[in-house]
Amino acid sequence: MHIMEGFLPSPWWEIWILVSLPFIVIGLYQLNKLVREKREALPLLAVAGAFVFVLSSLKLPSFNGSCSHPTGTGLGGILFGPCIAAVLGLIVLVFQAVFLAHGGITTLGANVFSMGIAGPAVAYLIYKAGTRAGANTYATVFIAAALADLVTYVVTSIQLALAFPGTTGFFGAFSAFAAVFAVTQVPLAIIEGAIIMLVFKYIVQLKPEILTRLNLLSESTVNKLREAAA
Amino acid sequence: MKYGMEIAVAALIIVFAAVFLVQDAAIQATLGDGQEAWGGADGEAAGLIEATGYEPWIEPFWEPPSGEIESLLFALQAAIGAVIIGYIFGYWQAGRKAA
Repeated sequence: MHIMEGFLPSPWWEIWILVSLPFIVIGLYQLNKLVREKREALPLLAVAGAFVFVLSSLKLPSFNGSCSHPTGTGLGGILFGPCIAAVLGLIVLVFQAVFLAHGGITTLGANVFSMGIAGPAVAYLIYKAGTRAGANTYATVFIAAALADLVTYVVTSIQLALAFPGTTGFFGAFSAFAAVFAVTQVPLAIIEGAIIMLVFKYIVQLKPEILTRLNLLSESTVNKLREAAA
Repeated sequence: MKYGMEIAVAALIIVFAAVFLVQDAAIQATLGDGQEAWGGADGEAAGLIEATGYEPWIEPFWEPPSGEIESLLFALQAAIGAVIIGYIFGYWQAGRKAA
Protein backbone atom coordinates (compact mmCIF):
# COMPACT_ATOMS: atom_id res chain seq x y z
CA MET A 1 0.00 0.00 0.00
CA HIS A 2 2.97 2.30 0.15
CA ILE A 3 2.82 5.05 -2.39
CA MET A 4 6.48 5.66 -3.13
CA GLU A 5 8.29 8.93 -2.68
CA GLY A 6 7.45 11.40 -5.43
CA PHE A 7 4.65 9.30 -6.85
CA LEU A 8 1.88 11.70 -5.88
CA PRO A 9 1.93 14.95 -7.83
CA SER A 10 0.84 18.24 -6.37
CA PRO A 11 -1.88 18.96 -5.23
CA TRP A 12 -2.65 15.37 -4.19
CA TRP A 13 0.10 14.87 -1.64
CA GLU A 14 -0.82 18.14 0.07
CA ILE A 15 -4.51 17.21 0.05
CA TRP A 16 -3.88 13.85 1.73
CA ILE A 17 -1.64 15.42 4.35
CA LEU A 18 -4.41 17.90 5.12
CA VAL A 19 -6.99 15.11 5.29
CA SER A 20 -4.86 13.01 7.65
CA LEU A 21 -3.71 15.81 9.89
CA PRO A 22 -6.93 16.22 11.96
CA PHE A 23 -7.00 12.49 12.71
CA ILE A 24 -3.41 12.64 13.96
CA VAL A 25 -4.18 15.67 16.12
CA ILE A 26 -7.28 14.03 17.63
CA GLY A 27 -5.28 10.82 18.04
CA LEU A 28 -2.55 12.62 19.99
CA TYR A 29 -5.21 14.23 22.16
CA GLN A 30 -6.87 10.85 22.81
CA LEU A 31 -3.48 9.28 23.57
CA ASN A 32 -2.80 11.99 26.10
CA LYS A 33 -6.14 11.32 27.74
CA LEU A 34 -5.54 7.58 27.73
CA VAL A 35 -2.15 8.02 29.43
CA ARG A 36 -3.71 10.19 32.11
CA GLU A 37 -6.92 8.28 32.78
CA LYS A 38 -6.34 4.65 31.83
CA ARG A 39 -2.69 3.96 32.47
CA GLU A 40 -3.31 0.24 32.73
CA ALA A 41 -4.17 0.23 29.02
CA LEU A 42 -0.66 1.39 28.03
CA PRO A 43 0.85 -2.10 27.63
CA LEU A 44 -2.05 -2.92 25.31
CA LEU A 45 -1.29 0.21 23.31
CA ALA A 46 2.33 -0.92 23.03
CA VAL A 47 1.17 -4.34 21.81
CA ALA A 48 -1.05 -2.72 19.17
CA GLY A 49 1.84 -0.55 17.98
CA ALA A 50 4.32 -3.42 18.03
CA PHE A 51 1.88 -5.45 15.96
CA VAL A 52 1.97 -2.86 13.22
CA PHE A 53 5.78 -3.01 13.35
CA VAL A 54 5.88 -6.78 12.95
CA LEU A 55 3.13 -7.28 10.39
CA SER A 56 4.05 -4.39 8.12
CA SER A 57 7.65 -5.61 7.89
CA LEU A 58 6.61 -9.02 6.57
CA LYS A 59 6.29 -9.05 2.83
CA LEU A 60 4.33 -12.13 1.95
CA PRO A 61 3.93 -13.79 -1.43
CA SER A 62 0.39 -13.77 -2.73
CA PHE A 63 -1.06 -16.22 -5.23
CA ASN A 64 -0.56 -14.04 -8.31
CA GLY A 65 3.22 -13.83 -8.33
CA SER A 66 3.78 -10.61 -6.42
CA CYS A 67 4.46 -9.78 -2.80
CA SER A 68 2.70 -7.44 -0.45
CA HIS A 69 2.50 -6.97 3.26
CA PRO A 70 -0.24 -6.98 5.89
CA THR A 71 -0.75 -3.77 7.82
CA GLY A 72 -1.50 -4.82 11.40
CA THR A 73 -3.39 -1.61 12.05
CA GLY A 74 -6.73 -3.41 12.36
CA LEU A 75 -5.87 -4.43 15.93
CA GLY A 76 -5.14 -0.85 16.96
CA GLY A 77 -8.35 0.26 15.27
CA ILE A 78 -10.46 -2.29 17.14
CA LEU A 79 -8.84 -1.55 20.49
CA PHE A 80 -8.35 2.22 20.37
CA GLY A 81 -10.26 3.59 17.38
CA PRO A 82 -8.98 5.05 14.11
CA CYS A 83 -7.40 8.24 15.50
CA ILE A 84 -4.97 6.50 17.83
CA ALA A 85 -4.38 3.86 15.16
CA ALA A 86 -3.43 6.71 12.82
CA VAL A 87 -0.69 7.78 15.23
CA LEU A 88 0.59 4.19 15.46
CA GLY A 89 0.54 3.92 11.67
CA LEU A 90 2.38 7.22 11.35
CA ILE A 91 5.24 6.01 13.56
CA VAL A 92 5.77 2.90 11.43
CA LEU A 93 5.41 4.79 8.14
CA VAL A 94 8.00 7.37 9.22
CA PHE A 95 10.38 4.55 10.19
CA GLN A 96 9.93 2.90 6.80
CA ALA A 97 10.12 6.15 4.82
CA VAL A 98 13.29 7.35 6.54
CA PHE A 99 15.29 4.15 6.93
CA LEU A 100 13.98 1.96 4.15
CA ALA A 101 12.97 4.39 1.38
CA HIS A 102 9.70 2.47 1.57
CA GLY A 103 6.86 4.92 1.09
CA GLY A 104 7.98 8.51 1.35
CA ILE A 105 7.86 11.73 3.31
CA THR A 106 5.72 13.57 0.76
CA THR A 107 3.36 10.61 0.41
CA LEU A 108 3.09 10.18 4.18
CA GLY A 109 -0.33 11.83 4.31
CA ALA A 110 -1.82 9.48 1.72
CA ASN A 111 -0.21 6.41 3.29
CA VAL A 112 -1.33 7.36 6.80
CA PHE A 113 -4.85 7.83 5.48
CA SER A 114 -5.06 4.39 3.85
CA MET A 115 -3.22 2.32 6.47
CA GLY A 116 -3.76 4.32 9.66
CA ILE A 117 -7.21 5.81 9.22
CA ALA A 118 -9.42 4.15 6.59
CA GLY A 119 -8.50 0.55 7.48
CA PRO A 120 -8.73 0.98 11.27
CA ALA A 121 -11.97 2.98 10.94
CA VAL A 122 -13.54 0.03 9.13
CA ALA A 123 -12.21 -2.38 11.78
CA TYR A 124 -13.54 -0.16 14.56
CA LEU A 125 -17.01 0.15 13.03
CA ILE A 126 -17.31 -3.56 12.25
CA TYR A 127 -16.20 -4.45 15.77
CA LYS A 128 -18.70 -2.04 17.33
CA ALA A 129 -21.55 -3.24 15.11
CA GLY A 130 -20.64 -6.89 15.68
CA THR A 131 -20.53 -6.68 19.47
CA ARG A 132 -23.74 -4.67 19.55
CA ALA A 133 -25.47 -7.32 17.45
CA GLY A 134 -24.16 -9.98 19.82
CA ALA A 135 -22.14 -11.76 17.12
CA ASN A 136 -19.33 -14.15 17.99
CA THR A 137 -16.48 -11.96 19.26
CA TYR A 138 -13.63 -13.79 17.54
CA ALA A 139 -15.47 -14.00 14.23
CA THR A 140 -16.12 -10.26 14.45
CA VAL A 141 -12.44 -9.55 15.14
CA PHE A 142 -11.43 -11.75 12.22
CA ILE A 143 -13.74 -9.97 9.77
CA ALA A 144 -12.85 -6.54 11.14
CA ALA A 145 -9.08 -7.08 10.82
CA ALA A 146 -9.25 -8.77 7.43
CA LEU A 147 -11.44 -6.04 5.96
CA ALA A 148 -9.24 -3.32 7.50
CA ASP A 149 -6.32 -4.79 5.60
CA LEU A 150 -8.26 -5.05 2.35
CA VAL A 151 -9.79 -1.59 2.61
CA THR A 152 -6.32 -0.11 3.10
CA TYR A 153 -5.33 -1.37 -0.34
CA VAL A 154 -8.61 -0.36 -1.95
CA VAL A 155 -8.09 3.17 -0.61
CA THR A 156 -4.53 3.22 -1.98
CA SER A 157 -5.95 2.24 -5.38
CA ILE A 158 -8.48 5.08 -5.13
CA GLN A 159 -5.74 7.55 -4.18
CA LEU A 160 -3.60 6.57 -7.15
CA ALA A 161 -6.55 6.53 -9.54
CA LEU A 162 -7.52 10.05 -8.46
CA ALA A 163 -3.99 11.29 -9.08
CA PHE A 164 -3.44 9.28 -12.29
CA PRO A 165 -6.76 8.86 -14.11
CA GLY A 166 -4.77 8.44 -17.35
CA THR A 167 -6.73 8.04 -20.57
CA THR A 168 -9.25 5.61 -19.12
CA GLY A 169 -10.64 7.95 -16.47
CA PHE A 170 -10.98 7.33 -12.76
CA PHE A 171 -12.74 3.97 -12.95
CA GLY A 172 -10.42 2.53 -15.57
CA ALA A 173 -7.39 3.61 -13.56
CA PHE A 174 -8.95 2.35 -10.34
CA SER A 175 -9.48 -1.14 -11.72
CA ALA A 176 -5.88 -1.20 -12.99
CA PHE A 177 -4.46 -0.24 -9.59
CA ALA A 178 -6.91 -2.43 -7.70
CA ALA A 179 -5.83 -5.37 -9.87
CA VAL A 180 -2.28 -4.81 -8.61
CA PHE A 181 -3.06 -4.01 -5.00
CA ALA A 182 -6.40 -5.31 -3.83
CA VAL A 183 -6.36 -8.66 -5.62
CA THR A 184 -2.88 -9.44 -4.31
CA GLN A 185 -4.11 -8.54 -0.88
CA VAL A 186 -7.07 -10.92 -0.53
CA PRO A 187 -5.14 -13.95 0.82
CA LEU A 188 -2.94 -11.71 2.98
CA ALA A 189 -6.01 -10.06 4.46
CA ILE A 190 -7.38 -13.47 5.45
CA ILE A 191 -4.07 -14.37 7.12
CA GLU A 192 -3.94 -11.04 8.92
CA GLY A 193 -7.51 -11.47 10.16
CA ALA A 194 -6.67 -14.93 11.50
CA ILE A 195 -3.50 -13.77 13.29
CA ILE A 196 -5.20 -10.80 14.91
CA MET A 197 -8.10 -13.01 15.97
CA LEU A 198 -5.59 -15.28 17.71
CA VAL A 199 -3.88 -12.36 19.45
CA PHE A 200 -7.26 -11.09 20.58
CA LYS A 201 -7.93 -14.48 22.15
CA TYR A 202 -4.67 -14.23 24.12
CA ILE A 203 -5.57 -10.74 25.29
CA VAL A 204 -8.94 -12.06 26.49
CA GLN A 205 -7.16 -14.86 28.33
CA LEU A 206 -4.42 -12.78 29.92
CA LYS A 207 -5.77 -9.30 30.48
CA PRO A 208 -9.55 -9.16 29.96
CA GLU A 209 -9.92 -6.37 32.54
CA ILE A 210 -8.30 -3.92 30.10
CA LEU A 211 -10.87 -4.85 27.46
CA THR A 212 -13.77 -4.22 29.81
CA ARG A 213 -12.12 -1.00 30.99
CA LEU A 214 -11.95 0.20 27.38
CA ASN A 215 -15.63 -0.77 26.94
CA LEU A 216 -14.73 -3.30 24.28
CA LEU A 217 -16.23 -6.35 25.95
CA SER A 218 -18.75 -6.73 28.74
CA GLU A 219 -17.77 -8.84 31.73
CA SER A 220 -20.36 -11.45 30.91
CA THR A 221 -18.93 -11.88 27.40
CA VAL A 222 -15.42 -12.15 28.81
CA ASN A 223 -16.53 -14.88 31.22
CA LYS A 224 -18.28 -16.73 28.43
CA LEU A 225 -15.20 -16.59 26.17
CA ARG A 226 -12.87 -17.67 28.95
CA GLU A 227 -15.10 -20.57 29.91
CA ALA A 228 -15.23 -21.73 26.31
CA ALA A 229 -11.42 -21.74 26.15
CA ALA A 230 -10.87 -23.47 29.48
CA MET B 1 -11.52 -27.68 21.91
CA LYS B 2 -9.01 -25.68 23.89
CA TYR B 3 -6.67 -25.17 20.96
CA GLY B 4 -9.29 -25.17 18.23
CA MET B 5 -8.46 -21.69 17.05
CA GLU B 6 -4.71 -22.32 17.03
CA ILE B 7 -5.22 -25.43 14.89
CA ALA B 8 -7.49 -23.56 12.48
CA VAL B 9 -4.99 -20.71 12.07
CA ALA B 10 -2.09 -23.13 11.62
CA ALA B 11 -4.10 -25.00 8.95
CA LEU B 12 -4.80 -21.72 7.19
CA ILE B 13 -1.10 -20.82 7.13
CA ILE B 14 -0.21 -24.27 5.79
CA VAL B 15 -2.77 -23.86 2.98
CA PHE B 16 -1.32 -20.41 2.27
CA ALA B 17 2.20 -21.86 2.02
CA ALA B 18 1.02 -24.76 -0.15
CA VAL B 19 -0.73 -22.40 -2.57
CA PHE B 20 2.50 -20.42 -2.78
CA LEU B 21 4.58 -23.50 -3.61
CA VAL B 22 2.18 -24.71 -6.29
CA GLN B 23 1.85 -21.26 -7.80
CA ASP B 24 5.60 -20.70 -7.67
CA ALA B 25 6.26 -23.91 -9.59
CA ALA B 26 3.81 -22.77 -12.29
CA ILE B 27 5.32 -19.30 -12.50
CA GLN B 28 8.94 -20.45 -12.53
CA ALA B 29 8.17 -22.75 -15.48
CA THR B 30 7.03 -19.84 -17.66
CA LEU B 31 9.76 -17.42 -16.58
CA GLY B 32 12.53 -16.54 -19.03
CA ASP B 33 16.22 -16.10 -18.17
CA GLY B 34 16.98 -13.22 -15.85
CA GLN B 35 13.33 -12.60 -15.05
CA GLU B 36 12.22 -12.57 -11.46
CA ALA B 37 8.77 -13.21 -10.09
CA TRP B 38 7.40 -12.26 -6.65
CA GLY B 39 8.29 -8.59 -6.75
CA GLY B 40 6.51 -6.07 -4.57
CA ALA B 41 3.03 -4.80 -5.42
CA ASP B 42 4.20 -1.29 -4.45
CA GLY B 43 6.81 -1.40 -7.19
CA GLU B 44 4.33 -2.82 -9.69
CA ALA B 45 2.00 0.12 -9.13
CA ALA B 46 4.95 2.49 -9.54
CA GLY B 47 5.73 0.77 -12.85
CA LEU B 48 2.13 1.24 -13.94
CA ILE B 49 2.41 4.96 -13.21
CA GLU B 50 5.79 5.34 -14.90
CA ALA B 51 4.37 3.67 -18.01
CA THR B 52 2.17 6.74 -18.47
CA GLY B 53 5.33 8.86 -18.75
CA TYR B 54 5.16 10.23 -15.21
CA GLU B 55 8.45 11.07 -13.52
CA PRO B 56 8.57 11.14 -9.71
CA TRP B 57 9.17 14.75 -8.76
CA ILE B 58 11.24 13.95 -5.69
CA GLU B 59 13.58 11.10 -4.80
CA PRO B 60 14.00 9.52 -1.35
CA PHE B 61 16.92 11.29 0.33
CA TRP B 62 18.36 7.98 1.47
CA GLU B 63 17.93 4.47 0.19
CA PRO B 64 19.27 1.23 1.63
CA PRO B 65 22.40 0.71 -0.49
CA SER B 66 21.69 -2.98 -1.11
CA GLY B 67 19.05 -5.67 -0.75
CA GLU B 68 20.95 -7.07 2.23
CA ILE B 69 20.88 -3.77 4.09
CA GLU B 70 17.20 -3.41 3.28
CA SER B 71 16.38 -6.85 4.67
CA LEU B 72 18.49 -6.05 7.74
CA LEU B 73 16.33 -3.02 8.43
CA PHE B 74 13.10 -4.92 7.80
CA ALA B 75 14.25 -7.67 10.16
CA LEU B 76 15.14 -5.03 12.72
CA GLN B 77 11.67 -3.55 12.42
CA ALA B 78 10.04 -6.95 12.98
CA ALA B 79 12.40 -7.71 15.89
CA ILE B 80 11.56 -4.46 17.68
CA GLY B 81 7.85 -5.27 17.44
CA ALA B 82 8.28 -8.90 18.45
CA VAL B 83 10.35 -8.04 21.53
CA ILE B 84 7.69 -5.63 22.75
CA ILE B 85 4.85 -8.11 22.19
CA GLY B 86 6.77 -10.94 23.89
CA TYR B 87 7.75 -8.79 26.84
CA ILE B 88 4.22 -7.58 27.54
CA PHE B 89 2.49 -10.93 27.08
CA GLY B 90 5.12 -12.50 29.35
CA TYR B 91 4.57 -9.79 31.92
CA TRP B 92 0.80 -10.37 31.88
CA GLN B 93 1.23 -14.12 32.04
CA ALA B 94 3.55 -13.89 35.04
CA GLY B 95 1.21 -11.44 36.77
CA ARG B 96 -1.67 -13.84 36.33
CA LYS B 97 0.34 -16.77 37.70
CA ALA B 98 1.40 -14.75 40.75
CA ALA B 99 -2.13 -13.58 41.50
